Amino acid sequence: MAAIVGYGAYVPRYRIKVEEIARIWGKQAASISSGLYVFEKSVPGIDEDTATISVEAARRAVKHAKINPKEIGAIYVGSESHPYAVKPTATIVAEAIEATPELTAADYEFACKAGTAGMQNCIALVKSNMIKYGMAIGADVAQAAPGDALEYTAAAGGAAFIIGKEGIAEINDTISFTTDTPDFWRREGEPYPGHGERFTGEPAYFKHVMNAAKMLMEKLGTKPSDYDYAVFHQPNGKFPMRVAKKLGFEKKQIEDGLLCPIIGNTYSGSSMLGLAAVLDVAKAGSRIIVVSYGSGAGSDAFDITVTDKIEEYERQGIRKMLENKEYVDYATYMKLRREFE
Amino acid sequence: MGVARYWREIPARYNLIGKKCGVCGKVYFPPRIVCPKCRRKSIGKMEDYKLSGKGTVESFTVIRVPPPEFEGKSPYVMALIKMDEGCYLTGQIVDCSIDEVHIGMRVEACLRRIQEDGKRGAIYYGYKFRKAKE
Repeated sequence: MAAIVGYGAYVPRYRIKVEEIARIWGKQAASISSGLYVFEKSVPGIDEDTATISVEAARRAVKHAKINPKEIGAIYVGSESHPYAVKPTATIVAEAIEATPELTAADYEFACKAGTAGMQNCIALVKSNMIKYGMAIGADVAQAAPGDALEYTAAAGGAAFIIGKEGIAEINDTISFTTDTPDFWRREGEPYPGHGERFTGEPAYFKHVMNAAKMLMEKLGTKPSDYDYAVFHQPNGKFPMRVAKKLGFEKKQIEDGLLCPIIGNTYSGSSMLGLAAVLDVAKAGSRIIVVSYGSGAGSDAFDITVTDKIEEYERQGIRKMLENKEYVDYATYMKLRREFE
Repeated sequence: MGVARYWREIPARYNLIGKKCGVCGKVYFPPRIVCPKCRRKSIGKMEDYKLSGKGTVESFTVIRVPPPEFEGKSPYVMALIKMDEGCYLTGQIVDCSIDEVHIGMRVEACLRRIQEDGKRGAIYYGYKFRKAKE
């Protein structure tokens, strides 16, 4: 058996409102906000990147899990905005939490699901007794071209999960659904991603998320009503709500994990931050389904049951952390994103 | 800053690992090989010591005309911080407005980008400080 031993989340404190971005491009903020169900998004500080966000999340996870970081045998950082093209983010994290040198580490890339791919690897390494603890991180300072539809959602943040044999939540099973679907990409050396507009919906997000969720429930013999919480990848606020409805989940099952409307799409951080927000409020015995989505395309689905250990676990309070925020205007947003450098 | 020097200082820059004199117990940051007070008595007795990261602003200044490598980042606050362990550090204060910074403000360390060797060079990370939650 594998379990979540601890988790940590971090979202930078700066925010920009959808209406501020719409103002620059002469668009109607109200229709964009209601169309995407996103009202504001997080913005990294000028000295923040995927490495610093990953370190923040990782340090919180270690602190709350109360484990010796030297016992972490693997660190995987999933992101599509690693600060280096060649030179791992994972080694920076490993050093910053003092897990070095006896461990394996690597960076992953699979659009928005690289973090959950790391979780699956940690589960496998723990189950095969190759390591005691593994850490999987999903973090991004999401890129979007100025004026592109993605600009209203592309946000910054990340979450870290420590996987071990026993912990606050048992991972009952995980499966993946993967195909070659070019719905979103970023070419080597290009600063911004491109996407297939409407093509990112039905044949991409919905197909993969729904198939992964269905395959997992079929394998385990569960139905939507068996779950207390459901977390689906959140490229905007609308997609996870629509996919939940299509699969037969109710709104109350996804509400606690739905952060996109107030922080935007943190890409690799998205579904993992959603899971972290759910663990903040879950009780012993709560059952959770998590389905990530990464363009290109694939979904990882997890069936999780919260254990009694959650009661004595000091929870981070992600929604409280999100209340500490400072709004910036569009020009400051561009400066913070180092777009002028 | 060269990569070799940065790499040598990673434990201090990332995790505030200084030295504690095994004779008199004084904590030093950045790390020292010898305690200037105990001198030869401290040789071989200087132990690694990780600072808690918590401290208090003793004094600060606002940088409005920065060195070339920090161009575009100004204005920013550089502060002299008395760490809870008694040693002093100079560090940037982030995530709060300049007006909020005051002498006596409680701060905690965090890891941020410090500088980079241009577009093609290495990125250097290290400690900065933000308002403490307590």
